[in-house]
Amino acid sequence: MQKEEPLFRIARLAPFMVILLLTVPVLAGLAGTILPAFSYLPALGGKAPSPQAFRAVFAEPNIARSMALSLWTGLASTLLSVLIAAGVLASGFGTAGWTRMVHLLSPILSVPHAAAAYGLMVLIMPSGFLARLISPEITGWQNPPDILIPGDPWGLTLIAGLVAKEVPFLLLLLIAAMGQIDAARSLQMTSALGYGRLAGFFHVLWPQLYRQVRFAVFAVLAFSATAVDVAVILGPNAPSTLSVQLVHWMNDPDLAMRFTASAGAMVQLGLVLLLFAFWLALEKSVTMVRRHFAKGGLRFLSDRIATGTFRFAGWLLALATLGGLALLAVWSVSGLWPFPDAMPASYTFKAWMRALPAISGPMATTFEIGFLSAAIATLLCVLCLASPLSGKAANRFVDASLALPLLVPQTAFLFGLQIAAIKTGLGYGLTALVLVHLVFVMPYVFLSLRPAWKSLDPRFALVAGALGKSRTQTLLRIELPMLIRPVLTAFAVGFAVSAGLYLPTLLIGAGRMPTITTEAVALAAGANRRTIGVYAFLQAAIPFAGFVLAFAVPAWLFRNRAGMRAA
Amino acid sequence: MKKLLAALSFSLSLSTTAFAADPDPANWPSVLEDAKGETVYWNAWGGADNINAYIAWAGGIIESRHGVKLVQVKLEDTATALAKVVAEKAAGKNEGGSVDLIWINGENFASMKSQGLLLSSPWAEKLPNWKYVDADGKPTVRTDFTIPVEGLEAPWGMAKLVFFHDSAKTKAEDLPKSAADLLAWAEKNPGRFSYPMPPDFIGTSFLKQVLSERVADKSKLLAPVKEEEFAAVSKPLFDYLDRLNPNLWRKGKAYPQNYPDMKRLMADGELDITFAFNPADGSAAIAAGELPDTVRSFIFPGGTLGNTHFVAIPYNANAKAGAMVLADFLMSPEAQAHKQDPKVWGDPTVLNLAALPAEDKAKFASLDLGIATLKPDQLGPALDEPHPSWMVRIETEWKRRYGAGN
Repeated sequence: MQKEEPLFRIARLAPFMVILLLTVPVLAGLAGTILPAFSYLPALGGKAPSPQAFRAVFAEPNIARSMALSLWTGLASTLLSVLIAAGVLASGFGTAGWTRMVHLLSPILSVPHAAAAYGLMVLIMPSGFLARLISPEITGWQNPPDILIPGDPWGLTLIAGLVAKEVPFLLLLLIAAMGQIDAARSLQMTSALGYGRLAGFFHVLWPQLYRQVRFAVFAVLAFSATAVDVAVILGPNAPSTLSVQLVHWMNDPDLAMRFTASAGAMVQLGLVLLLFAFWLALEKSVTMVRRHFAKGGLRFLSDRIATGTFRFAGWLLALATLGGLALLAVWSVSGLWPFPDAMPASYTFKAWMRALPAISGPMATTFEIGFLSAAIATLLCVLCLASPLSGKAANRFVDASLALPLLVPQTAFLFGLQIAAIKTGLGYGLTALVLVHLVFVMPYVFLSLRPAWKSLDPRFALVAGALGKSRTQTLLRIELPMLIRPVLTAFAVGFAVSAGLYLPTLLIGAGRMPTITTEAVALAAGANRRTIGVYAFLQAAIPFAGFVLAFAVPAWLFRNRAGMRAA
Repeated sequence: MKKLLAALSFSLSLSTTAFAADPDPANWPSVLEDAKGETVYWNAWGGADNINAYIAWAGGIIESRHGVKLVQVKLEDTATALAKVVAEKAAGKNEGGSVDLIWINGENFASMKSQGLLLSSPWAEKLPNWKYVDADGKPTVRTDFTIPVEGLEAPWGMAKLVFFHDSAKTKAEDLPKSAADLLAWAEKNPGRFSYPMPPDFIGTSFLKQVLSERVADKSKLLAPVKEEEFAAVSKPLFDYLDRLNPNLWRKGKAYPQNYPDMKRLMADGELDITFAFNPADGSAAIAAGELPDTVRSFIFPGGTLGNTHFVAIPYNANAKAGAMVLADFLMSPEAQAHKQDPKVWGDPTVLNLAALPAEDKAKFASLDLGIATLKPDQLGPALDEPHPSWMVRIETEWKRRYGAGN
């Protein structure tokens, strides 16, 4: 038995660190929310458990509508996102425009939810850019029409905003999963058997792909049903979704509302579980439908209309996000820009001049927290994947703890965590924020890095070992250099997640550690649209910088290594 | 040696008591001394960038003059700051709290005062610049929504409800002159008026304006709500809203989030009449390029709501001395004159101009209040703010009736 190398002795601890860093905050936070939900919080005078707080939740006016709205927008946006992501992949994979579309994914993904939502809003609202383009020439509108967008009662605008952000996320994971299965040859085979593109994809590839992204789909479901920032900007406000209600209750000066908020968070957890159950049933029925069609032998050979629609939908979503962002950039330098002018009457850098001095602090905080949490998460992830425990029982615990923060609604544990953070004295500091960001950053870093790591041919390590290299040398000189691109991408993903986090930063930072995202969402409520343009633009630019680095660093490192160039 | 030790221990015990006790503004030099090096976390609504820029300006000055660093914690709703103090009290954090100063008035002040969440020794009237405050001419600097201030918050600015319209789109003679007129106007011009969704401060203020105009017995509003009377007293308001809301922008199915949002909707051509609590808001928006220079303001001749907004220090603030230094600076003629400039913010002063030194008087006199700002004598009478309990009660009732506008 070889003596264990020091690096690997540390690596052995990594999975436990991950489990600790993820489960302690989530479970402690959950406990800190469940107890007050049942009216138990001695400090606030709640000494005996009672269902009083739940009664208060259900006595709130219009609570049923809020709940229904959360369920509906969560389910509809997830269904649409999965459908469109799968459809775009099936109809686009291997076609001429495909690489171009894939290249667009990272920039779109790096646009934080709040900025994307705001961009979409200034694009499609009745006084938005699209209406201005055709007014008054075509429409005759001197004043914008009185149409309820955003904030329509069915939450359609909210759904559109969620879909625009979730499709690229799912698509990126699906593309990664495609690398693990023999996709191209399978498609050749189905098409040789006379199946149309979509039918072949649906019958052969989808079952294999879905298994790999299933966890992410559940995470999307949980996120969409509980998102706060997107719902504030695009969702209906009379009444709003349950998630927005919860934050209002949490911030109510009336102490008793803390109990209501906690109970509401538990109700939200219940809704998410309900959605999960529904989704499981849906999975079963989709399988049945697929089997039914497989037995029927229908090949759907001519599916040009369907593939065309999916491709169009894909481009439309990309255009909506990037176009919205470009529009915000124009707003940030506009002077007076009344309806129905398509372009500003004058341009000025006043908003930038005014915002820049105020923005430097939040920018620094964003970079600091983002860098620290992404670096720690990436390091732990690399150690976990390289650790001798990989593939053993501990892995199941790591997986379970990675799933926890993505499946449990944020509100359900952040409320309790906020009080815990004050009690432990970690308070509103940088440490507390990095710790809470890690909870959300780590799962995405793992999601991003693991497939690439697993697909590295294990024979490289075998050869290195046979040539007498130690395991540390193998890791540092063979595996890491070969994986530098996915490692840096994982870091960039972690950085982007951290930069875009709203609710955790707001609640744990208590507003004293403002980041570009908390500032942007606070401003979205009412500030000058030019200022919002500045913030949204920077908010999107910061994570994008991470992706540029992830692309540029390996390109520079491997400038003399033809075999290591990007495919 | 013994003497020295005694002196040392005496001074030590003195400094520890000085540390434990709250700073005393009557001894201003010691407050300035304590404040040096402190960081003041000022929790202030952060939804308007001209106001944020003004706060940053004030921060720069107190840092260079007094060594006090200012960080604005930008809130969407002042209640958030209250919630933080409440959470800290619940967690037993009675010192070194996260909130040093709050921009506050009305309901939130009443709530903090009654729950003992404010610095308990009266401090505001002991600040050096209090001597310029117009306590006689502006009684609301001492009575905040009927609640006696008792030196627990320092006045910062005056507010008066004022309406705005675009003279290029709507004629001045067609404008409403009362709440009743406004209803008729909205019925004639459906979809062109709205108010921020309660519990937004400005939105609820509009409801109070209507209630104050239409209530049978105004004195009822100055006392706390009596639950058994609420339905009867508030009936005129809700009868009014039942008729008004279907004629609002988006037919009352959505509302602006706050007053800057409403201003944006006017710029986008979605609304014809908006309102704000700051008479110079129109001029400020013109100066900022947010509204066309054809915007003008108007009032209801029968009177509109007027009040004062303040800054208060929580009981567990970490930088009490620094917060006092900031509050005093905000009341200074220099800061007040800068604030009243519509190119900066345009918020009216709490000071008695007649009592100011000539040099400061001149600063105010030289201000160009802007083309869309009414002169102080054109602003009409100020209606008293109802007791804060009315605000709370009206908000919940509004939510119950219209919260599901969809």
